[in-house]
Amino acid sequence: MRSLLRLCFVAALCVGAAFATPRLARADAFAGLASGQFDTVAQAVTDLAVSGSTQADTVLRALEHRQLFFAPDGGLFMRENTAYVDARTGQPVAAPPEGLTPVRLNNRVRKALAGARAGMDLFSTDRAARLGAATTLYERHDPAALPLLEHALSAEKDTAIRKELALAHAATILAQPPVADQLAARMQAVAALRATGGLEARGLLASVGAAEAEDPQLRKAAQEAVSSIDWRLRAWSIGQNAFYGLSFGSVLLLAATGLAITFGVMGVINMAHGELVMIGAYVTWLVQQGVRAVAPSLEPVALLLAIPVAFCVCGGLGVLIERGLIRFLYGRPLETLLATWGLSLIMQQAVRSVFGPTNIAVTTPGWLTGSFALGGMEITLNRLAILIFAFLVLGALMCVLRRTPLGLQMRAVTQNRRMAALMGIRTPRVDALAFGLGAGLAGLAGVAVSQIDNVSPNLGQTYIIDSFMVVVFGGVGNLWGTLAAAMTLGMGGKVLEPVIGAVSAKIAILVLVILYIQRNPRGMFPVRGRGVES
Amino acid sequence: MNRLFSPAPGARSFAGVARMAIVVLVGAVVLAGASLLPESSPLHVSAFTVSLAGKYLSYAMLALAVDLVWGFAGILTLGHAAFFALGGYAMGMYLMREIGARGVYGNASLPDFMIFLSWTKLPWYWWGSEHFLWACLLVLAVPGVLAGVFGWLAFRSRVSGVYLSIMTQALTYALMLAFFQNGFGFGGNNGLTDFKDILGADLHSPVTRAVLLVVTGIVLALALMLSRFVVAGRFGNLLVAVRDAESRTRFLGYRPEQVKLLVWVFSAMLAGLGGALYVTQVGIINPGEFAPANSIESVIWVAVGGRGTLSGAVLGAVLVNMGKTVFTAWLPEFWLYGLGLLFLVTTLFLPKGVMGLFGPARHQSVQDVTPEVSSPEGDEA
Repeated sequence: MRSLLRLCFVAALCVGAAFATPRLARADAFAGLASGQFDTVAQAVTDLAVSGSTQADTVLRALEHRQLFFAPDGGLFMRENTAYVDARTGQPVAAPPEGLTPVRLNNRVRKALAGARAGMDLFSTDRAARLGAATTLYERHDPAALPLLEHALSAEKDTAIRKELALAHAATILAQPPVADQLAARMQAVAALRATGGLEARGLLASVGAAEAEDPQLRKAAQEAVSSIDWRLRAWSIGQNAFYGLSFGSVLLLAATGLAITFGVMGVINMAHGELVMIGAYVTWLVQQGVRAVAPSLEPVALLLAIPVAFCVCGGLGVLIERGLIRFLYGRPLETLLATWGLSLIMQQAVRSVFGPTNIAVTTPGWLTGSFALGGMEITLNRLAILIFAFLVLGALMCVLRRTPLGLQMRAVTQNRRMAALMGIRTPRVDALAFGLGAGLAGLAGVAVSQIDNVSPNLGQTYIIDSFMVVVFGGVGNLWGTLAAAMTLGMGGKVLEPVIGAVSAKIAILVLVILYIQRNPRGMFPVRGRGVES
Repeated sequence: MNRLFSPAPGARSFAGVARMAIVVLVGAVVLAGASLLPESSPLHVSAFTVSLAGKYLSYAMLALAVDLVWGFAGILTLGHAAFFALGGYAMGMYLMREIGARGVYGNASLPDFMIFLSWTKLPWYWWGSEHFLWACLLVLAVPGVLAGVFGWLAFRSRVSGVYLSIMTQALTYALMLAFFQNGFGFGGNNGLTDFKDILGADLHSPVTRAVLLVVTGIVLALALMLSRFVVAGRFGNLLVAVRDAESRTRFLGYRPEQVKLLVWVFSAMLAGLGGALYVTQVGIINPGEFAPANSIESVIWVAVGGRGTLSGAVLGAVLVNMGKTVFTAWLPEFWLYGLGLLFLVTTLFLPKGVMGLFGPARHQSVQDVTPEVSSPEGDEA
């Protein structure tokens, strides 16, 4: 017990000494490293980094790798392989003195080391290293780095890095205990943090705002800054949610357009639509595997290759389904629904038998991974790509419907089947092609979904009810309605999500759509005309 | 009202329904009796078979309910399993409370899962659930009220055909998501299970099981006869008229939405009753019962048996579920193929189901092609 007390006393002395010692000169930094006391070593590490010594980088690296040794007489040596180098001069020494002891590390020294390395990186020629160093210092707000930061601020040309440096500088000033004559500098720091700071700055400002010792004026400014940052963060998080909503909406849009075509043109509810999406995702995987086996160099573009392949495979399947099954059931939509449901079970089980029941790993090419920051929002590339893809598909579909003979015929059949037949349109052929088109669109949705969701035989089931909701909500036979409905449901879900939770949001959306349909049985954009009312 | 249900000229006789009711009753009694024989007897039936039979008959109730709305009112419901599961949950609440202090945590007033969630008192919707009669009331009332509200909204605004089907599907899907949540107060993922006894009788004893099977048989037979009473008279004719030509019926001065609502609520209550019987014999109810796939499966039972025949629904439910039991034990991975094919074959080749193969078509003049349903693409838009 007594020895423990003594130990504590010694430790307290050391800490006190470390704080009490005025800043050591550069020569003393090396002496500090050789002192054998953790706190002195930590101080020396910081001093060495600030000193701008040409040896600093090498010495600190040696220390990090435990290759730094000190001699009883205060000499400091680095070991390189088996030879020794004098740390002060960088000159090799022939014979190191006797009794070399390695400079030991503890957490305090390691922390100082990390800060020192970041501080030195501030002057690196590599832009990324400078930016990283500024960010590290911003998060650490280590008072020792203040002179470094000031120096870097005066030298830095890059605006992005300057911004980060200014933040780090302000945070570092604020993090120090208050000193009477620094009020102006601290006020400036609060203003700087208020202008651009994030959560990190908010925490710091909140603690300043709550500190009794601070100047009342400064505290008030800090509190105002906190609420300003809160407001900005909330705005960005709404923006982020809106992006997620758009992204989810675009997936729904892709899944639902095909359904809208088959339902709109043929009045057929295709319960196997979800399974066609699933097959599209599996085709993507197969194409990726094929490309990897045949031409590995083309792997990054395998996903692009999968788009037409999935469209053709699923479209072909769709034509087969129409010719082999659905055409026998025209005029009996409820029976069609049941038959396609049976088909979906078979397709699901077939995929399960062939590929196994577990998830398969569809890879995301490098050019689609990662994200970029847009203000306070994080935009992931794959979701952005799906958003763009969905709109491209919708645009292409609009073109097909409006500018091609097939589209003309499809619209004619949608509006009045009997009259279209009388005008010489071969409605069975239009039906088959329309169904193929719808199925092909499901395949495209599968390619997109494979980039953001697990690909398993159950994939289709997760999308089918949502897609139906979109089609019914938007109004059958109207692509604009589908677009509006997909985005409304996507955004609605994501806006409600943070408020009441993901599942509850989903339930709320379902209930709202059910209630909406009771008011407007034909959806948001009903097709008007004779015979619509049944 | 009396006039409404009195036999109408030219009404179909539904003789098969009474016969099916007798078959169900006799079958249940014989099986129950056989299970009580000593095990050495060659006629002994295992407890497993008894609960399996009870399950089939409960499903038959659901099928009957689906047939009432699909076969006679033309409403293809893809969400009837929701009413079935709600009835099951209502009965499950009572059975849960019957466990009392015998649960894992030994708390007499709170079910285990609530203690697990560190709830301190019963939520209001569990009040009274310790009384069997209250549970019975809930079994009928909860599905009935939900169906009433949903149907009133839907039929009043003339949501029909596949739109209605999708709405019912969304309804059961939403309920499934809700019941999966722990905070909803119905045991979340695991649902309600570990039941001990019903009305003081041990649920695991052979006698209780035999009695439950007989009760299920009686209830199903009564439901069959009641359904026959509903659809055989003038009201039945009106239903078929609504199914086949809703607008024309409306123009003749009837109120199709009221007719549909009546049969819809009645059907939901039957489904709830089926669910309650199911829980007592299967011993568990969980949110999986709400899965849209279950509802669609119950429609195929009706399609296989024969739509619009009542007895066909019972037959179909028992046949398909027996097939499922055999298949899943024998070739589990092929069951989905079998079920899928069943959907295809029935819709393509057997529009009248198994009953259509045997019974003279004279009684069951089920029109599977109806003017309004047949040409939506011609008439609509």
